[in-house]
Amino acid sequence: MSPLLSVEDLTVELRVGDEMRTVLKNVSFSVEAGRTVGLVGESGSGKSMTVRSVNRLLPDGAKTSGSIRFEDREVLDLRGEALRSYRASDVAMIFQDARAHTNPVRRIGDFLTESLILNGRVGRKQATATASELLEAVGIHDAERRLRQHPHELSGGLLQRVMIAAAVAARPKLILADEPTTALDVTTQAEVMAILMRMQREYGMAMLFITHDLELAGSVCDETVVLYAGEVVESQRAEQLHRDPLHPYTAALVQARPDIRQRAERLSAVPGHPTTAYEAPEGCAFAPRCRFAQDRCRTGTPQLVRLGTASEAGPGGTGLSRCVRAEELRGRLLSPDTTDTEEARR
Amino acid sequence: MTTALAPKRGGAKPRRTAAFRAPLTGIGLSGQVAFWALVAIALLALLGPLFVQTDPNAVDLDYAYAPMSPWFPLGADASGRDILTRLIVGSRTALLGPLLVVTIATVLGTLIGLAAVWFGGWVDAVAVRVIDAIFAFPGILLAILATALFGSGLPAAVIALSIAYMPYIARVVRSAALRERNLPYISALRVQGRGGFAISARHILPNVSGLIVANATLCFGWALIDLAALSFIGFGVQPPTADWGAMVGSGMAGILQQAPNEALAASALIVITVAAVNTLGDRLVQRSENRA
Repeated sequence: MSPLLSVEDLTVELRVGDEMRTVLKNVSFSVEAGRTVGLVGESGSGKSMTVRSVNRLLPDGAKTSGSIRFEDREVLDLRGEALRSYRASDVAMIFQDARAHTNPVRRIGDFLTESLILNGRVGRKQATATASELLEAVGIHDAERRLRQHPHELSGGLLQRVMIAAAVAARPKLILADEPTTALDVTTQAEVMAILMRMQREYGMAMLFITHDLELAGSVCDETVVLYAGEVVESQRAEQLHRDPLHPYTAALVQARPDIRQRAERLSAVPGHPTTAYEAPEGCAFAPRCRFAQDRCRTGTPQLVRLGTASEAGPGGTGLSRCVRAEELRGRLLSPDTTDTEEARR
Repeated sequence: MTTALAPKRGGAKPRRTAAFRAPLTGIGLSGQVAFWALVAIALLALLGPLFVQTDPNAVDLDYAYAPMSPWFPLGADASGRDILTRLIVGSRTALLGPLLVVTIATVLGTLIGLAAVWFGGWVDAVAVRVIDAIFAFPGILLAILATALFGSGLPAAVIALSIAYMPYIARVVRSAALRERNLPYISALRVQGRGGFAISARHILPNVSGLIVANATLCFGWALIDLAALSFIGFGVQPPTADWGAMVGSGMAGILQQAPNEALAASALIVITVAAVNTLGDRLVQRSENRA
């Protein structure tokens, strides 16, 4: 079966002043129906731009090439009514900042029923009933009262649940979640995540989940795609990712996590600062920050290579890594004191 | 992230409210006084003519320039017509003209402003050029041109001034809607598959309506002055129809005859109305800017 969403060789350039800046370079991945794919990476790595390409919300003047296929349609070619119905009934989006993404002067009820009435062609009464059911489904119990309230009367966690309710209202096939819990405190985060995952299971929706929380990606996603400087640097099964990273960047991210069982005198961080695609150096974009970098990393363009993953988690997983030394560094990426640069060897 | 404490229903003011929901909050004492003055003037125009016993156009030359008396509370004009009666009856013409101008200009300007923002690109560029071009002509000049083409009278003047005032509204709507369009909640609506018309009409328009009402109010004052001026120079309302602007013009001769009542009383009503409208308009603009 062909995947629900397949992104191939997606390259996006944005106009900044007079120049075009590359923000995504040949990004490819796919999402199967009902599955969850995580997109992780630092700020500026292109996570949000990928999602914005999928729902065609790129800024004016953006130049895209490659292909995004949803079922049998080419998303990048959708225009007018076809684009509207794709957005209305096939994909839904959950934003990071729910408060900024709701009209402050409209009531929650209007927010939920408006698209039902406009897109689903149901009456106001039916739409209101559906809206309260949706609110109940996302764990808001006094739905009748909430429907009459304005967004400023709801807490961040409640408002994000309303956003989830609005997103699933049209029974989309794919949910795009752009850091849906980053703006919430940790306990609320867990509740909202649980609701989102339950809704996803009940409705059988696929999800493209953006986060920079590797743990969260590991527990929520089936597959994780790691982006760095607008490129896919690694992609493999989510639960394997932090145990057996295939790319030095992923390994560095895994090591930068503080461990709750140990007191850290100094939090470790990935040295250097994140690069965006247009300022990435020649060769491997991560080379300047990589403790395994060699001279050959700084020339040429590393390709994604396919590696078999550890067998303990069952048969068959393979992962992709964009590292020229992926094979030889296999299994050593997480060992604490491997300094394996050319300089260290001399 | 700050989660706002959820207040009880009706307890806190929403961040922005359309002007028509709470017309009298946040406009200060001067705004309140202006508002009630306008209510009084509107009542005068609506109800006053129903109670008038005398014919505003009855000529009786025996009473030309009659002084104030119980029969002529404000005196009589050059043709012996009762000034008070003509002021009351004339208020309808004097206020109806600007009302039509503002209504037409606001509807057109809002449509053009919203369309320019939603379609962007060349539609926006054309709209901005047209707005600039119309701005280059003073309203009075357009109106004189229109009367030259279509003949004197209220309709030609109203149409010409509507076109002249449209850019004021269009420019304000365009800039406010542009700011609104770039807010995240609009992209949230777009990814839910809402069409441009639905978003403009149901979300952007209500959120900029406070500013539209405020600027329309200001335009009303200017349009009143312009129409009065046109009637004063004889291009607007034609005799014998009573109108404040026309009365200032016809009362001019009386000033030299020691009978300034007609011109003074009509001017006073124009000044009071315009001052009240402008004060209210200014306060409404201030209020929408504070809330936006």
